Amino acid sequence: MPTDLHYLAILPEIITAATGIAIMLLDPFTAPQHKGRLGWLGVAGLLAAGVAGAAQSGRTMTAFGGMVQLDSYSVFFRWLFFGVSIGTILISLQYLKREGVHHSEFYALVLFATTGMSFMAASVDLILMFIGLETVAISTYVLAGFKRSDPRSNESAVKYFILGAFSTAVLLYGIAFLYGQTGSTRFDRVAEALSAQGPSAFFLVGLALLLVGFGFKVAMAPFHVWTPDVYEGAPSPVTAFLAVGPKAAGFAALVRVLYSALPDMENHWGDVLGLVAVLTMTVGNVAAITQSNIKRLLAYSSVAHAGYLLVGLVARNELGISAVLYYAVVYALMNLGAFTVVVIWSGAGETRVHLSDYAGIGFRYPFLTGCLSLFLLSLIGIPATGGFMGKVFLFAAAVQSHHVGLVVIAVLNSAVSAYYYLRIIVIMYMQEPAAQVPSVEIPVPAAVALVLAALGTLLTGLYPSALLDLASRSVLAVR
Amino acid sequence: MDSFWLIPILPLVGFLANGLVGKRLPKQAVAWIACLVVAASLLLSARAFYALMQVPPEERHVIHPLFTWVESGDFVARFEFLLDPLSAVMMLLVTGVGLLIHVYSVGYMWAGEGFYRYFAYLNLFMSSMLLLVAANNLLLMFVGWEGVGLCSYLLIGYWYFKKSASDAGKKAFVVNRVGDFGFLLGILLAFLTFQTLDFQAIFQQLGPEGEFAAESGKWGTLSWIAFLLFIGATGKSAQVPLYVWLPDAMEGPTPVSALIHAATMVTAGVYMVVRLNPLYSLTPGVSGLVATVGIFTAFYAATIALVQRDIKRILAYSTISQIGYMFAAAGVGGYAASIFHLSTHAYFKALLFLGAGSVMRALQNETDILRMGGLRKYLPVTYWTFLAATVAISGVPLTSGFFSKDEILVRSFSSGHTVIGIVGLATAVLTAFYMFRLFFLTFHGEQRLAPELRRGIHEPPPSMAVPLVLLALLSLFGGYGYGYLEGFLEPVTGEPLPARGEHSEALVLLTAVASGLGILAAYLFYVRNPTWAAAAQQALGGAHRLLWRKYYVDELYDRLFVHPLKRVSDHFLWRGVDERVVDGAVNGTAGLVRDLSGFLRQMQTGYARAYATWILLGTVGILVYYWMGG
Repeated sequence: MPTDLHYLAILPEIITAATGIAIMLLDPFTAPQHKGRLGWLGVAGLLAAGVAGAAQSGRTMTAFGGMVQLDSYSVFFRWLFFGVSIGTILISLQYLKREGVHHSEFYALVLFATTGMSFMAASVDLILMFIGLETVAISTYVLAGFKRSDPRSNESAVKYFILGAFSTAVLLYGIAFLYGQTGSTRFDRVAEALSAQGPSAFFLVGLALLLVGFGFKVAMAPFHVWTPDVYEGAPSPVTAFLAVGPKAAGFAALVRVLYSALPDMENHWGDVLGLVAVLTMTVGNVAAITQSNIKRLLAYSSVAHAGYLLVGLVARNELGISAVLYYAVVYALMNLGAFTVVVIWSGAGETRVHLSDYAGIGFRYPFLTGCLSLFLLSLIGIPATGGFMGKVFLFAAAVQSHHVGLVVIAVLNSAVSAYYYLRIIVIMYMQEPAAQVPSVEIPVPAAVALVLAALGTLLTGLYPSALLDLASRSVLAVR
Repeated sequence: MDSFWLIPILPLVGFLANGLVGKRLPKQAVAWIACLVVAASLLLSARAFYALMQVPPEERHVIHPLFTWVESGDFVARFEFLLDPLSAVMMLLVTGVGLLIHVYSVGYMWAGEGFYRYFAYLNLFMSSMLLLVAANNLLLMFVGWEGVGLCSYLLIGYWYFKKSASDAGKKAFVVNRVGDFGFLLGILLAFLTFQTLDFQAIFQQLGPEGEFAAESGKWGTLSWIAFLLFIGATGKSAQVPLYVWLPDAMEGPTPVSALIHAATMVTAGVYMVVRLNPLYSLTPGVSGLVATVGIFTAFYAATIALVQRDIKRILAYSTISQIGYMFAAAGVGGYAASIFHLSTHAYFKALLFLGAGSVMRALQNETDILRMGGLRKYLPVTYWTFLAATVAISGVPLTSGFFSKDEILVRSFSSGHTVIGIVGLATAVLTAFYMFRLFFLTFHGEQRLAPELRRGIHEPPPSMAVPLVLLALLSLFGGYGYGYLEGFLEPVTGEPLPARGEHSEALVLLTAVASGLGILAAYLFYVRNPTWAAAAQQALGGAHRLLWRKYYVDELYDRLFVHPLKRVSDHFLWRGVDERVVDGAVNGTAGLVRDLSGFLRQMQTGYARAYATWILLGTVGILVYYWMGG
């Protein structure tokens, strides 16, 4: 079918992949002190891809024999991913130099991972979705171990790789079962076949394995066990990226699979995801309470937030999916922001990642801690922040579809979560500082990322309509 | 009228100005900015109030839309304010008392560091409180609701270098989150039920043309909504069982205690119930609960206040107790009476706290009333103004507190809630007793001051004295406008019940007697025969200790909630813990927890093979689920 390739439909992905390759090609010709320029090239490539994506907004077309679909949904997530990757590069520029690992492969890998994420959101075929997912996974395995001489980073990468490979196998197995049952990997044909046949034991096994595979990617309990270790050991900008990008991509693909390929089977995945949501939120929040390493704490917090996002999925209505999209953006803003502060404050060799390292710095570094406080308040879900509105939408959707028990547990969870987020604010503003408060400089690109994230967090809280409108228009393509 | 939206916004401007550049401004400028924005809000509120009086009662309902906040399908929330008699009264009260306390704070906080920070928070509080009061839908109200909570937390922990202060701030926040959990669920359920969060649209559905009938005898959806929202109110307004944060909140600066933890924020729950009175009127089961919780809290907190020694803690328990009265009034349908007591309480309790602040300032932050005494001759202005507030809260006839308390009792008896009325009377005796105990121990009798404190006791500067005098006048004479207030609130609170029966004269007498009894007892114990007090304490050993330790509720909550949660969480850890959060105190907890924790510890061994096992187990779990469920 060479006639319906439609390269234009994947122009943004072509741009990101080509930029990644260009960075690798230009690397040998770039002096070590100028590696940052390749980072900026990456930013430029992502911006160009974003523009290309914008030019396509409003159009709907399938390409590559029905494997890729260009629609408002894929455009929405592309923008999110490009934004996340730009943020990641901005906070990495100074970091890589500081840690003495300024190799431009870092930027190339971020771009390759972005390409994969983008495909995950756009694919309407299990095979392409799987390839996208693997592209992300392999790029991020390398990124997690990017500090080769740091044993923590190595440990993180190896664990991530082994467990990732394991879960990939499970996912692929699930895809095989689905294919065996329906005779196709295309979402629309899978849906057709299933509505004709009804569920079978064969199908349920496939569904279960599929959910496990995704469960690993987005860190649902009990498939989240890898996150604390991996997040703690990986270089902090990579942790930020992992917590935000691949997780959002996992949700993007999951939503599409569930709603486009398995819409008639929603009774079979709805209840399971409800149970998993409860488990995920609770495990994440309860475990976060006693963490003393901020990266681990944020890792558990990201587990808990995957649980909140699942609430929107379980709602199985339009507001629910819109809320998932909305919250994915807000979640990206507040987590990228929080991790940016972690990156800046951790200092050379990431020595300051203990909560006690934050003692009393509140009034010494008002910009840094002010931003972090804002992100933490948003993570709690305090009004006037995006985190609050996002939770309201997610929970309202679940209430609308009469999942009252689930919402009660979710709200209770977010009440518990206030405790550990707040603890950080208390430590920053209300504890005695260490004898000598170290001085850090705030690199300009990271400061820009911080300001953008803070503005986004506030804006989505004060004026949520714009983003919510965009999200609800985007979900029409899926439902 | 178009400037109405500025009322909550102006203090926000003050917050931004002082928060952003206050550090570089001289203290005078910070003080002027902070006070002027509140004064401007007061003037605008007064204008709005006046404008409202110019129109006939049925038109006293003006919506000021700003913009559409959220719109997604059928989920619509507008950013708009409501001006009606209730919000007008509340705004006047908040800005009026708020301004006096701002002015007082200038003198009180002058010496300390972080002057600008204090006023920035205080202005932010004013803004949030006004937003809460003016909001025209539940979601916007919740924004204000959380905003005041946040400011309260910031201001309790204002002296963050004191561990007790930052702990208290954290406690306030966490306890309030429990309440807010209920509140948020209530909002969600309301949205599910009414498909809107606008007050008017909800009330329309609750009205005679709506599809909802009164839920007497059974608990339907409406009752659940009312109940969940009331949980929020118990947190914010410090009622049983969520009152525990308020006494600790006294760690904050004293003017903050006056403004936030006495006069305004803590009454937000009462305001919410009155604002939603059409809902509570249809849910007699929940209203009964509101009244019961209220009157129980009133009595319970009053008993604790009998034996405390810390001047601010006594006032804190007294606040809890008085808010209990307000809920009792709202619960028996006396919504106007509830708001009436809310306003008189704002005057005299703000005054009591400011007076206490004046005493503490003179005595270098001494708060133990057993180490005071005889201050009358040193602090005449404080003495007389404090006396005015004390007689008002004790319900001495013809003071504001007398009228509002009497009104609550009348409402209780005339609506058939005899038990509530009787407990209310008993609480009135206790109130008069503990307040005059405080008063006599502080200002009368022999001087028990530490020697180093005896020199240099002096009256506060005019910026503090003037608010004291003004509030004293309000405490004494602020109760005469009730008839008018009730009529003014009628469009919101509905027709007052045909209350004033033949018992009301008798009740007036009883209220006066209750107040007199308490005062007399306090006089006998603490002025005439000071030895009696010690003797009574001896005789009542166990009971006294129980009250002194506040019924051991803090300890109970720690055991029941705080420790188990930390314990479960602690066992998720597997390395890198350098602070053991759980101490040996709970080692005796049941073996079940230990087994569970041992099981969970397996989860984070750090070995990849263990993690793979978990993934496998999870997979099997889902498969089994499908196998069982088909």
